[in-house]
Amino acid sequence: MTTMIRVSGLQKSFTLHNQGGASFEVLNGAQLEVQQGECVVLHGQSGAGKSTFLKALYANYSVDGGEILLRDGDEMLDLTQALPRRIINLRQHCLGYVSQFLRVIPRISTLDVVMQPLLDLGVDKAICEAKAKDLLSKLNVPERLWHLAPSTFSGGEQQRVNIARGFIVDYPILLLDEPTASLDATNRKVVVELINNAKARGAAIVGIFHDEDVREAVADRLVDIRAI
Amino acid sequence: MNNRVMSDASIMNTSAWQDLAPLLSVRDVNKYYAPGKGCGPVNFDLYPGEVMGIVGESGSGKSTLLSCLSARQTPDSGQIIYNSEQFGEMDLYAGDESERRVLMRSEWGIVHQHARDGLRMNVSAGANIGERLMAVGQRHYGDIRAKAEEWLEAVEIDANRIDDRPSQFSGGMQQRLQIARNLVTHPRLIFMDEPTGGLDVSVQARLLDLLRNLVSQLGLSVIIVTHDLAVARLLAHRLMVMRRGEVVESGLTDQVLDDPQHPYTQLLVSSILQN
Ligand SMILES: Nc1ncnc2c1ncn2[C@@H]1O[C@H](COP(=O)(O)OP(=O)(O)O)[C@@H](O)[C@H]1O
Ligand SMILES: Nc1ncnc2c1ncn2[C@@H]1O[C@H](COP(=O)(O)OP(=O)(O)O)[C@@H](O)[C@H]1O
Ligand SMILES: [Mg+2]
Ligand SMILES: [Mg+2]
Repeated sequence: MTTMIRVSGLQKSFTLHNQGGASFEVLNGAQLEVQQGECVVLHGQSGAGKSTFLKALYANYSVDGGEILLRDGDEMLDLTQALPRRIINLRQHCLGYVSQFLRVIPRISTLDVVMQPLLDLGVDKAICEAKAKDLLSKLNVPERLWHLAPSTFSGGEQQRVNIARGFIVDYPILLLDEPTASLDATNRKVVVELINNAKARGAAIVGIFHDEDVREAVADRLVDIRAI
Repeated sequence: MNNRVMSDASIMNTSAWQDLAPLLSVRDVNKYYAPGKGCGPVNFDLYPGEVMGIVGESGSGKSTLLSCLSARQTPDSGQIIYNSEQFGEMDLYAGDESERRVLMRSEWGIVHQHARDGLRMNVSAGANIGERLMAVGQRHYGDIRAKAEEWLEAVEIDANRIDDRPSQFSGGMQQRLQIARNLVTHPRLIFMDEPTGGLDVSVQARLLDLLRNLVSQLGLSVIIVTHDLAVARLLAHRLMVMRRGEVVESGLTDQVLDDPQHPYTQLLVSSILQN
C-alpha cells in the first residue's frame, strides 16, 4: 500500500476583519490518510468545513497549523510549506481539483478549456484533442457546443465541461467537490464510471458528494468531517 | 499563433523548476517621495517562468516599484540582483549604466500603460518592431521586415498594416504592437504596467487572452502591475498586495484572492464582483 495523502493536526479559522474582526474555527486538528486507489468521501452538514478541508488540500486556502503531505513520486511534499511555483508544478502533473463551478475564461472554446491542462504538460495537441473529445462525448456534451466558449452554457453543461477538464490529466491525486450537484442520473453514472476508472489506475481520491447513489458507488470509506 | 516565433511549453511545466536560480532577487528595496508615497521595503525572488502580479489601489506605489525593478528609478536603499544571460549576476544600480541600457533592449521588455510611452508614434509599425532588432545588431533589411511581419501576425495585427503608423491604430492594436516590439528580441523578463488599463472590456479580453498564450508558450517571466484583480487572477501565478507603499500580503494568486488574510486584501477582494 502506498500512502498518497497524509494530513495531520490541521487547523483553520477565518477572521473577517471588515465585519468587526469576527473569528471562527472551522478545522481543529483534522487528520486523514488516503492510499493509492482509494476513494474517501467526506460528509457532514452544510457549513461543517468539507469544502474548506478540500481547498486546503489544494492549497487554495492557507492553514493556521498542521501538515498536508502529498505524494509526488518518491517525495512527500508538505503543501503548507511549499513555495507558489512548487504548488503550481504539483497541480500541473499530480494534483487535480474539480469544483461545482467552472471558472470560465472569456473567448476560450470548450475544447480548449478541456484540453489546456494536458497541453500544459507538453503532450501532443492531437492526443489532447482526441482525449478531450472522448471525455466530452462520454459526458454527453453536444458536439455543436465544443467550439463555443462555455460562458453561455447551462449550469449542468458547464459542470460537465469542468469534469472533462478535471479528468483530462491522469492525476495521481484527485479532489472532487460536489462535481455531480446539478447532473441528471445518466450523467451521474458517467461520472461514477470516470471516478472508478481513476481508482483502478491508482488515483487517490477525496470527494464530497450530495447524492447517495454516487457515494455508494465510489466510496471506500465515509468520514465525518467533524470527527476527523 | 505562428509556430516559428514560439518556443516550447513554459518552464513552469517542466520538472527542471527546482534546479533554477532566481532571475531577479529583490532585497529591502525602498523608494519614498514622502511618507506613504512610494514603495518599500520590498523583498522577493522571481524564478524563470514565473508571472508575478503587483496589485493594490491607485497610489499604493506599484508603478514606483516597477520603475525601481526595471532599472528606471534608483531606489533610496536596497539591492536588486538580476541574473543576466550576457553579464551574469549583476547588481542593477551598482553596475555600469551602459549594461543596464543593453539589458533594456535585449533581455528585458517593458510594456507601458500608455502605448505612446512605449512606441514611436511617428514611424511605421514595422519600424517600431525593427528598431528593437537593429538595437541588438541586426542589419539585414529583408530579415528585419520578415520578422516584423511575423510578429505583427503573432499579436493579431494584419501584416499589411506594416507601413502604417501607430497613430492610425486603435488603442487595443497599439497595445498589441507594443507587445510585439518588446517580444521580437526574445526577452526573458517583461515588466508590464497596467497593460489593459484604459481599454474597452472586449478589447481587454482579447489582449489578455493573447498575453496569456504568449507568456505560457514563450516561458516568459513577467512582473505585471494591475489594479484589476480579474486580470491578476488570469495572468499571475503569484501576487503581491501593496498598500501605501508596503507589501501587506503575498503568495499564490488563488490563495491570496480566495482566502485573503490581511484586512486590506479582504477589503480589496470583497469590493469587486465575484467572477
Ligand atoms: N473564504 C472564506 N472566508 C470566510 N469564511 C469562509 C470561507 N470559506 C468558507 N468559510 C466558512 O467556513 C465554514 C465552512 O464552510 P465550507 O467548508 O464551505 O462547508 P461545507 O463545504 O461543509 O458546506 C462556513 O461557515 C463558511 O461560511
Ligand atoms: N515623481 C514623483 N514625485 C513625487 N511623488 C510621486 C512621484 N511619482 C509618484 N509619486 C507619488 O507616489 C505615490 C505612489 O505612486 P505610484 O507608484 O504611481 O502608485 P500606483 O502605481 O500604485 O498608482 C503616489 O502618491 C504618487 O503621487
Ligand atoms: Mg461545500
Ligand atoms: Mg501606476
